Amino acid sequence: MQKSNPAAYNTSPLLEVIGLRKEYDDLTAVNSISFSIHRGTCFGLLGPNGAGKTTTIEMIEGITTPSAGEIRFKGEPRKADFTQFAGIQFQNTALMDYLSVDEILHLFANFYRSTRDIDELIGLCDLGSFRNRYATKLSGGQRQRLLLAIALLNDPEIIFLDEPTTGLDPQSRRNFWELITAIKQQGKTIVLTTHYMDEAELLCDELLIIDQGSIVDSGSPAELLARHFDDSCISLPLSAIGGKEKRLTIEYRTTETEIEFYSQSVEATIHMLLEIQIPLNGLKVRNRTLDDLFLKLTGHQLRG
Amino acid sequence: MRSFLALFLARNKEYYRDKSALAWSILLPVFIVIGFAFAFSDEQQDLFKVGIIQSNASSAAAQTPLQKLEYIQWIPFEDHQEGIDRVRYHQIDMLLEPGDPLRFWVNSDNRNGYFLQHLLTANQSENNYILQPVTGRQVRYLDWVMPGILGMNMMFGSLFGVGYVIVRYRKNGVLKRLQATPVTALQFVSAQVCSRLLITLSISTLIFFGSKIFIDFIMIGSYMTLLLIAVLGAFSMISLGLLISTHTASEELAGGLLNFCSWPMMFLSGVWFSLEGAHPLMKDLAQLLPLTHIVTAARSVMIDGASLMQVGHHLLILVVMTSIFILLASRLFRWGRD
Repeated sequence: MQKSNPAAYNTSPLLEVIGLRKEYDDLTAVNSISFSIHRGTCFGLLGPNGAGKTTTIEMIEGITTPSAGEIRFKGEPRKADFTQFAGIQFQNTALMDYLSVDEILHLFANFYRSTRDIDELIGLCDLGSFRNRYATKLSGGQRQRLLLAIALLNDPEIIFLDEPTTGLDPQSRRNFWELITAIKQQGKTIVLTTHYMDEAELLCDELLIIDQGSIVDSGSPAELLARHFDDSCISLPLSAIGGKEKRLTIEYRTTETEIEFYSQSVEATIHMLLEIQIPLNGLKVRNRTLDDLFLKLTGHQLRG
Repeated sequence: MRSFLALFLARNKEYYRDKSALAWSILLPVFIVIGFAFAFSDEQQDLFKVGIIQSNASSAAAQTPLQKLEYIQWIPFEDHQEGIDRVRYHQIDMLLEPGDPLRFWVNSDNRNGYFLQHLLTANQSENNYILQPVTGRQVRYLDWVMPGILGMNMMFGSLFGVGYVIVRYRKNGVLKRLQATPVTALQFVSAQVCSRLLITLSISTLIFFGSKIFIDFIMIGSYMTLLLIAVLGAFSMISLGLLISTHTASEELAGGLLNFCSWPMMFLSGVWFSLEGAHPLMKDLAQLLPLTHIVTAARSVMIDGASLMQVGHHLLILVVMTSIFILLASRLFRWGRD
């Protein structure tokens, strides 16, 4: 799978969020955040549970009313007909119990001024083998593909995907990623919220990390990693240390099975380990990941 | 209009494909009708009921030989036609008008009327009385209760059919998904209302004509007037169901509210028994319930042959109630959860 190289960044943003805020009785869910989304990019909204991702995305979609702030689409305040240009896939959505996949697509197609060819969509989202099945009889992956097909029905300029692969098995997730990549290649703008760092790293061109309703940082995955880390992670099985922790002279962190060292010089770390006679069997060296970044910025461990 | 039609057809498909719900909504009233048909198949009151045309019924009764008899219930009438109609439909056994000569009306098909006629005329010369025979079918309890059963079925189908569906859609996110499309609340709600109206009227028509074949209940008035009552009645109930479902995403709460509305109507709206002798407060309360007006108007048309003008005030009240429910529902409706 290939990431787009968004040459469109130099154009004006497709969507601008300015000072967006959402307050409930005793809680500020989103605290005056501002950001822009450029045409043709996949924009990732990342954050731990309760960070305000879904509230933010639903305010942009028009599902939730903001307490303050402005949302601009194509340079103008978002209008009532925004839904004609947007495709939306929610986190948890049931569909009509006794309608088939085909009937549901035709039902939703009637809501829009113009739509894509339904047979073409069925092909794109691989719904052909169960197009006459009731929506209640679909598996998790099939249902998500149907919901994505509904989101694509009006040939939207911007597509919102709220945790689209949560609850899917690894194979279904991978299939879904391929689908998203195919849609990206059609030049669509995608706004994605996810818990999965591999998903964000694979699909997103731009990331916005939010926690407790506020923006923590933003940028491309590579920019963010370069900005926050200049070291590598060296890990060994925990059993290899054999009670020699007190002799370690660099920062380390232990997990249930491993001990991890963060060092700007892999050679120096290995030299130090050899000096205190720690065996190097099972040694792994890796670059820093978005998981590490998350842990650093939000203090929350995420699923990966 | 395209969105409305698509939603309307989709809801209809969902309904008729839900076989268990469809079967239940047809079978329940049929079971009730069959149950009553058997329970009251041998109905015949032991008590004689005699109507008397005079303001002072008791003194009038004293002028007839029947005064010596016990177990006669005397019912005063000021209007001849009303009393004659009661004789016609076997609701009373005889109608008397004291005087010289004595006039009385009996239905030749009524066995109690036959005995009363012979008791009254046993020792009298034919010059002393005028017999005015009346013909007409007996109004059984089954005939009387039939409009109630139809109205009750309409009430449950409309209240729960709209209320539960919208609450379930809100709970499982279908409403939210629709909110994310260009569909307006008005398009969605009107499609639900029209779909349920079609379903309720279709089922009521099926039950009506099915029962007519099976038990041959009395239907004297105009079918068009009855249809108008059914349309306005179903519309009022659907609007009430819509009002109940405007906010909540809890099926338990919605169920409680729907039961809170439906059960008092079932007992206070004259479905099973007349409220003639009830406490005035209860009668006043019953007037606030749409089912009272549906059942009363339908019963008047079916049994008494009432015209559109005669039931017009009930229809007007139903229109007012529906307008209030719709107005409130449109102001309170929410796509999402609270």
